[in-house]
Amino acid sequence: MIDKELIDFVVREARLLDEKRFDEWYGLFTDDAFYWVPLTPGQPDPLQHNSLAYEDKLLLQLRVERLKSPRAFSQQPASRCHHLLQTPEVEKLDHAKGEYLTRTQMIYTETRGDESQRYAATAWHSLVRVNEELKIRLKRVDILNGDAALPSIQLFL
Amino acid sequence: MSPYRDDPRALAALVEPDRVHRDVYCDPEVFRLEMERLWARAWIYVGHASQVPNPGDYFTCDIGAQPVIMVRHTDDSVRVLMNRCAHKGTKVVSALSGNAGKTFRCPYHAWTYRTDGTLLHVPLQDGYAPTVKKEGLVQIRSETYRGFVFARLAPEGIGFREFFGDSLSSIDNLADRSPEGELEIAGGCLRYLHNCNWKMFVENLNDTMHPMIAHASSAGTAKKLWEGQPADAPKPMAIEQIVPFASDYKFFDDMGVRVYDHGHGFSGVNFSIHSSYSSLVGYEEAMTKAYGAERAKKILGTVRHNTVYYPSLTIKGAIQSIRVARPLAADRTVIESWTFRLKGAPESLLARTVAYNRLINSPMSVVGHDDLHCYRSIQEGLAANGNAWVNLQRNFDPAESRGGEITANGTSEISMRNQFRAWREFMQG
Repeated sequence: MIDKELIDFVVREARLLDEKRFDEWYGLFTDDAFYWVPLTPGQPDPLQHNSLAYEDKLLLQLRVERLKSPRAFSQQPASRCHHLLQTPEVEKLDHAKGEYLTRTQMIYTETRGDESQRYAATAWHSLVRVNEELKIRLKRVDILNGDAALPSIQLFL
Repeated sequence: MSPYRDDPRALAALVEPDRVHRDVYCDPEVFRLEMERLWARAWIYVGHASQVPNPGDYFTCDIGAQPVIMVRHTDDSVRVLMNRCAHKGTKVVSALSGNAGKTFRCPYHAWTYRTDGTLLHVPLQDGYAPTVKKEGLVQIRSETYRGFVFARLAPEGIGFREFFGDSLSSIDNLADRSPEGELEIAGGCLRYLHNCNWKMFVENLNDTMHPMIAHASSAGTAKKLWEGQPADAPKPMAIEQIVPFASDYKFFDDMGVRVYDHGHGFSGVNFSIHSSYSSLVGYEEAMTKAYGAERAKKILGTVRHNTVYYPSLTIKGAIQSIRVARPLAADRTVIESWTFRLKGAPESLLARTVAYNRLINSPMSVVGHDDLHCYRSIQEGLAANGNAWVNLQRNFDPAESRGGEITANGTSEISMRNQFRAWREFMQG
């Protein structure tokens, strides 16, 4: 049963992004959470190595609030995103601590105007149960070619 | 179609003292001429010697649309070679970086070269007449300054010191920020594809009239988020780094800008958006121990904004990061962002550098998104007829055309005019 709950959570998280319900999405994270997009697959360290993104709640909030700004010029026209997910695999279950890890293969598409970009990626959700509710403590997304010369990626993988 | 290759006067007429014609950004033939005449004749940043610490270590990139290898030779010197086999033209290495061992061996027919480019071996030598002269990998003139490796593709031309002059003080300040006076590339390279002309990026670095406008949605929003906090709340590093982008015109004007001959220059003569960072535990102590209190204070008190080593390299000494322009086409440029570890400094320095780099220079940066949006918008907007000129008139003083070192108010567009003076000189002839 727990597997289904975890899988449903990951699927819903992606859906909130695709439907641009960013405030609700932001609410899925714990206060000490990070959203991490490493520069290279398997990168062990976010602090002494460059990443595409490594954001705490404050920086995530900045992104979410910025997207509401009429002066977010790079969002005129606005970007759209689409997460095509394979069924998440449950990698770790620790019922005693209420900690879980899932691994989800996905194709991420982001479009803006006539432009479109597509990435193969692996998402890792470190989840924790807080007052019965699942929350994200770390969402890590390894892009297959994160170290390539990439154009602007403006929404959330 | 384009008249510029065969008409030096038409080419020169693209640049006036206080405005430039749109073709400098849009015309594919002008781009090709830039690669041949500016990027091949100027000293272009290749990489940092710390990327190739051991003999055989190499790093590859393109300079002026030509593939080159930076390699550590067996005598410990750093060489820059054309990445082109003398036989059929194959690139002898294809990876961004690696170790070649003692030789480069072409993957096609095994012509083999020493790491200084000289030819070592050709299979079945007896198939060639003794008179046949076989070339090595073409070696390019290069200079290493405090680890920064620059190359000039043209065999003849301006000397390294003459080209950079006193602008090298910004590289000195960056390297001096290490208690050991040495830098080490660390943390990988962010590579951001810009669908715009390379000059839009380079000019923007000392354009101090844009941050409070273009970055209103990022820095401005960060400022608002932070304003709700109590006065004594500990300031997160990200806030310390991003909020100064929302400073007002007076702040940027008072920063000051300084230019040198050949297109180089920096803003932040007096202070910069990096001046008010919190000190990091153990760092100032290490600097004082290494240099003495007075010198350490002077090094850390020199807090320049961006220094442009025209046309290819831009550095941020106070942040220990550099950005390198790698032009691909008139409307296509890769911007590489590299970070340094200061040898002998606490780990927290690199953590701050890396934090800044992803916040500002990543393809996922909310600051970078608005910059690039504006550059791309220029690239598209310049297609409009009716006004073929880009305006560089802010604080123009005809006397500045004489050149030399000039210091001006920070919101002056002098750095762009200065770059185009150099551009015009290199592009003629």
